[in-house]
Amino acid sequence: MLSVWAVSRLVAGKDLRVEWRSRIVTNQVVPFAALMMVMFAFALDSDTVLKRVAPGLVWLAAMFSLLVIVQRAFAVETADGALDALRVAGVRGAGIFLGKAMSLAAQLAVLELILLGAAIVLYDTQLVGSGVTLLICTYLTATAGLAFIGTLYGGLAAGARGRETLLPLLMLPVAAPVLIGATRATEAALGTQGATTGDGWPWIGLLLLFAVVFGAGGSLAFGSLIDE
Amino acid sequence: MNRASVNGSSTSTRFTRALGVATILGLGWLAAFGLLISPDDVVQGSYARLLYIHVPSAWLAYLAFGVTGLASAGYLWPRTRNLNWDRIAGASAEVGVVFMAITLVSGSLWGKVTWGTYWTWDARLTTTAFLFVTYIGYLAVRDLGGSHEQRARRSGVVALLAVLEVPLVHFSVKWWRPLHQSETIERGGLKGLMLFSFFVGMVTFTLLYVWLVMHRQRLIALNDIVDDRGLDRALAERRNEAAS
Repeated sequence: MLSVWAVSRLVAGKDLRVEWRSRIVTNQVVPFAALMMVMFAFALDSDTVLKRVAPGLVWLAAMFSLLVIVQRAFAVETADGALDALRVAGVRGAGIFLGKAMSLAAQLAVLELILLGAAIVLYDTQLVGSGVTLLICTYLTATAGLAFIGTLYGGLAAGARGRETLLPLLMLPVAAPVLIGATRATEAALGTQGATTGDGWPWIGLLLLFAVVFGAGGSLAFGSLIDE
Repeated sequence: MNRASVNGSSTSTRFTRALGVATILGLGWLAAFGLLISPDDVVQGSYARLLYIHVPSAWLAYLAFGVTGLASAGYLWPRTRNLNWDRIAGASAEVGVVFMAITLVSGSLWGKVTWGTYWTWDARLTTTAFLFVTYIGYLAVRDLGGSHEQRARRSGVVALLAVLEVPLVHFSVKWWRPLHQSETIERGGLKGLMLFSFFVGMVTFTLLYVWLVMHRQRLIALNDIVDDRGLDRALAERRNEAAS
């Protein structure tokens, strides 16, 4: 029997291959995320305000895009009963969970880079040399946390076919600490409103704790969530 | 169980009736004291009367969500697996959501007259609002359908995840906006008959909680029986069709 780690690599590889061939995220979710960044500018209508809230908008757009990516990730599994097939094959839940989380994290990571780029171009956000380490840590920990909860609640909604409307209600309250933590840490890294990098590190601790808690919780619970 | 026994079974027993009477007496006292006997607060005037509802309902909601978490763990733990745990968890969450709504409404009304605003982004308020939304989600998960066991397992996991989520939300909001409301009782602001009535309120609401959950849990059990029965009947009909 394959180890959890081997299974998760296979599942992640499969998911990324499906995306590479279908280009759904590339052709639909990335434009959607970029559109959100433009719409935020319409709604807020002030260059100074936009510059001030840019870190929050980047993470907000990432969270909303995550909802779409998660639904896509599990639509692939439920469409042809692929998830059932995986279960019948005797694959352990933790392996599926980690694999799907890895592929989600990879897709989300690319998307977040694009969003950050959009903030630099559209909102006149400037990167600061001293904040780069903090920014990279925020990026890694927040992405991991979001990918874990996305997989966990996505699996739950997928188990109940056709109830995707439930996903935002379940996932957004749980994602709130990531939104707060990632926004504050990014503000610290970019020096928004005189924040210093020292302000950001405690938030990295929170983000890391979040990722560990939901990574462990998800590995334990995922099997019984998708089990029918 | 035959048809007659379900139609004839009631969700009340001698114990719940006694509990109901005690709850009504307690609520009567609380209403009389809170609205008539209690003197106006020196600072807040008549508005302080809202707290006789607000604080016990907040306590009840937290108690209810705590019970939901424990009962869910009771179901998920293989040695104690029993659908009754799941029914208690569901009944408790329903009651908790109702009283959390009462807490939020009474609290924001009180906030408007004393702080001048319906809402502040204080850690406790924000956590409470998140709890409310989380358990609305929990109730939605319970309604997803499938077998009773499926419902129990799925909602049990969601309830335990909520237990993980709540402290994380609380601490992140606390760091985000480090405001704090200190509790009146800790400061010794309530005295004599007021303090007594306050505790009467807490006890009464706890009794009310137990009464509501017992009835609701039995009602869910009856619903489950009806569901199973409907399935059995449909199966029997199909078999008869095939046989004829």
